[in-house]
Amino acid sequence: MKHLLSTDGLDRDQAIAILDTADRLKQALLGREVRKLPTLRGRTVITMFYENSTRTRVSFEIAGKWMSADVINVSSSGSSVSKGESLRDTALTLQAAGADCVIVRHPASGAAHRLAGWLKHTNTSVVNAGDGMHEHPTQALLDAATLRDRLGSLDGRRVAIVGDVLHSRVARSNVHLLTTLGAEVTLVAPPTLLPTGVENWPVTVSHEIDSQLASQDAVMLLRVQAERMTGGFFPSSREYSIAYGLNERRLKLLPEHAVVLHPGPMLRGMEIASVVADSPQAAITEQVRNGVHVRMAVLYHLLAHEEENA
Amino acid sequence: MKPLLLKGVRPYGEGEPQDILIRDGVIAEGTDENAEVVEGNGAVLLPGFVDLHTHLREPGREDTETIETGSKAAALGGYTAVFAMANTDPVADNAVIVEHVARRGQEVGLVDVHPVGAVTVGLKGEKLAELGTMANSKARVRVFSDDGHCVHDPLIMRRALEYSKSLNAVIAQHAEEPRLTVGAQAHEGENASRLGLQGWPAAAEESIVARDCILAKQVGARLHVCHVSTTGTADVLKWAKARGTEVSAEVTPHHLVLTDDRLATYDPVNKVNPPLRTQADVDALRQALADGTIDCVATDHAPHAVQDKDCEWSAARPGMLGLQTALGIVVETMVKTGLLDWRGVARVMSEKPAEIAGLTDQGRPIAVGEPANLVLVDPDASWTVNGAQLASIAGNTPFEGMELPAAVTATILRGRVTAVAGRIAE
Amino acid sequence: MASRQRGATDPAGDREILSAGDVARTVARMAHQIIEKTALDAPSAPDVVLMGIPSRGAPLARRLAAKIAEFSGRTVHEGTLDITLYRDDLRRGPTRPLEATKLPEGGIDDKLVVLVDDVLFSGRTIRSALDALRDHGRPRAVQLAVLVDRGHRELPIRADYVGKNLPTSKTEDVVVMLEEFDGRDGVVLK
Repeated sequence: MKHLLSTDGLDRDQAIAILDTADRLKQALLGREVRKLPTLRGRTVITMFYENSTRTRVSFEIAGKWMSADVINVSSSGSSVSKGESLRDTALTLQAAGADCVIVRHPASGAAHRLAGWLKHTNTSVVNAGDGMHEHPTQALLDAATLRDRLGSLDGRRVAIVGDVLHSRVARSNVHLLTTLGAEVTLVAPPTLLPTGVENWPVTVSHEIDSQLASQDAVMLLRVQAERMTGGFFPSSREYSIAYGLNERRLKLLPEHAVVLHPGPMLRGMEIASVVADSPQAAITEQVRNGVHVRMAVLYHLLAHEEENA
Repeated sequence: MKPLLLKGVRPYGEGEPQDILIRDGVIAEGTDENAEVVEGNGAVLLPGFVDLHTHLREPGREDTETIETGSKAAALGGYTAVFAMANTDPVADNAVIVEHVARRGQEVGLVDVHPVGAVTVGLKGEKLAELGTMANSKARVRVFSDDGHCVHDPLIMRRALEYSKSLNAVIAQHAEEPRLTVGAQAHEGENASRLGLQGWPAAAEESIVARDCILAKQVGARLHVCHVSTTGTADVLKWAKARGTEVSAEVTPHHLVLTDDRLATYDPVNKVNPPLRTQADVDALRQALADGTIDCVATDHAPHAVQDKDCEWSAARPGMLGLQTALGIVVETMVKTGLLDWRGVARVMSEKPAEIAGLTDQGRPIAVGEPANLVLVDPDASWTVNGAQLASIAGNTPFEGMELPAAVTATILRGRVTAVAGRIAE
Repeated sequence: MASRQRGATDPAGDREILSAGDVARTVARMAHQIIEKTALDAPSAPDVVLMGIPSRGAPLARRLAAKIAEFSGRTVHEGTLDITLYRDDLRRGPTRPLEATKLPEGGIDDKLVVLVDDVLFSGRTIRSALDALRDHGRPRAVQLAVLVDRGHRELPIRADYVGKNLPTSKTEDVVVMLEEFDGRDGVVLK
């Protein structure tokens, strides 16, 4: 594997290998004083974030540092990125400066694919840390890791993804990965927040949440972004919350073993009630913890092997 | 100017090869031993192509195309007249700019360059540009369009249609409902949905075309629909024509062959507005062009600099080169499929566009006494597209590496050879 | 299973070095040596833990622990230590899957850690294991037990307990088979 651009196309063996590696890494780091592995010593990892996301950037940064990589953060403010340099030139510059891996977050769908294309003849790996409305593969991997921790294998498990599927890269990555891992996915959203052609996705679609809950092993809530509230996708945040928010009543409709996931940052009281977010069923802090291990595993799979000659 | 003798050519690809003499820019009778000879070798002779929709980028983006390089591309593509769209910088919304474009076209002299005037000032859709002044200028503008932008305000569109009647002009609409296409990046369909590209719904085109057909019928004006891209638009046109609306329409070569399957690579060379649609749309557009629902082919030739294309999808400018590849695509999609014969090609690439734009010296029959604006096509040739070798400064062709059938052997503008065997004539 | 004569060469050119019975006897002898050398049966016995290096060091450590308990009556905790992440040759091959790391009950701080592996060759694995151990804690001392020492050291490392010293050429391959992985015990030289 040279790049991680999407979970679409990641096969079951590759996905499970990454998840198994993440488990091993978690185990290897358990209870240690020195949370640092020498594995990626001398390798340079650059994060390029064209959108603010402290949580994802920090997670990647910790992952790289715990593997002893040199991690350099390029943020869009105060760098050439904000001075109008093209993404292509920035990427080629970072590659020439010695980046072994570029981790990119970008508002344009496909930005990571474009980067991989420009770096085709080099040894530099690209990790997609979220591109527009397209994919966020490490988020899906950390969600899967969390579900495996709680539920064991995902084969035959049922997962509902609730909320703004249309604009969500997290939803797209999860639909691909969860179905690859054998789970049955149900998308729950108003028709305005579902993508065109969703009827041909390998999922079940519902516009209504209550009837779905009893049969789910997990519920994944998507963040509702502020601009959607004014975009006419639903009448009001109040109505959304009433129709789709995971509140205490709905939590009780879920089986006891069911897991509640949220990619964060959460809008408490909107898509998730505080009492649900803090319930034992919520795995939200585990998701964050697993995020580091999964990203370590991704870096391990991309960087700790023989370089294919480009 | 020496007479020109086209030896062994087949007008409209019909009958035995014959010789055609051209004297003083007009098709003449008989033969002339002193004539300059163009060997036809049985090639198909058609009226020179007319492109209602070309972006020549001058003034403003001469780094991507100039009137000179665009004229060369046109001549090499078999065109004898092109309509240069108004979205230049500054915008061609006044007599000064349109006269400049027309004059530069004449100076280059490879193809008749007819400037299209903007419908509204600065293409902003708010206030009518001085249509009459442009029509009465030396550029004699007869086609007005805000192409690149939709004249979305229904009242402004109504007034433009009404006003254009007195100028014997046509309003060419870029049909794109702006509220339905906020942030739109690609055809709203399964591919865009999977790739996370904001959708450009078919309804955004169809609703404007329907509205404008109704307006044109109501006020008794002529409407031309630019770059039809959907099945639904073809249906609307069929309905409007059936009820007597004076509406004409064009389709681009790329919408006759490419689909949104091209999105998968995120390579913006495939980004265009309106976007590449589905195979069902492609099939419907071919059928509509064959049965006359869509009147003609127009290239929407849109040169773009490397930096405006070799970037992330959403940052890229929409558009693709078309002048030199149009014939090959039309032959591939319409002739080889049996949907059009060579008379049909003459109709959709020359006669109809000339008629829509009110040109009296283009798209004429191949007959004695007619102006010699002609193109000679080798129907059996094939060639491989190489963007770097095209005459345009920009190289953004989506057909890179594709093998296309048929080649222009010669283009003749008023009796003078402008291009021959893939080269601009000296 | 161990009916073949020791040292016999089979048609594929493989030579059996240790039979299943030999492996069992060797493990038992090594257990005795560990008890003796660490004075495990003395009243002031140190705290000994075994750390098997996956994959085949792990079951060997388990077997040694069981034998030590049987012979001395003392329970020694055992664990596993994956050294993949500490290897210096990761970039010389395809991605290696990681193995389990499980510290013994009570950890390794101030313990006498006996690393257990199947074959001692260049010594690089053990170097990596020493690096890994250092990140997990601070043992009082570290010793090394291997089932086979085949020579060709590239680092100043030696084993404290050796089941079998086996002179080999560099091109030969020593294959340790264990019931847990291979369905039978034995050591073969290929």
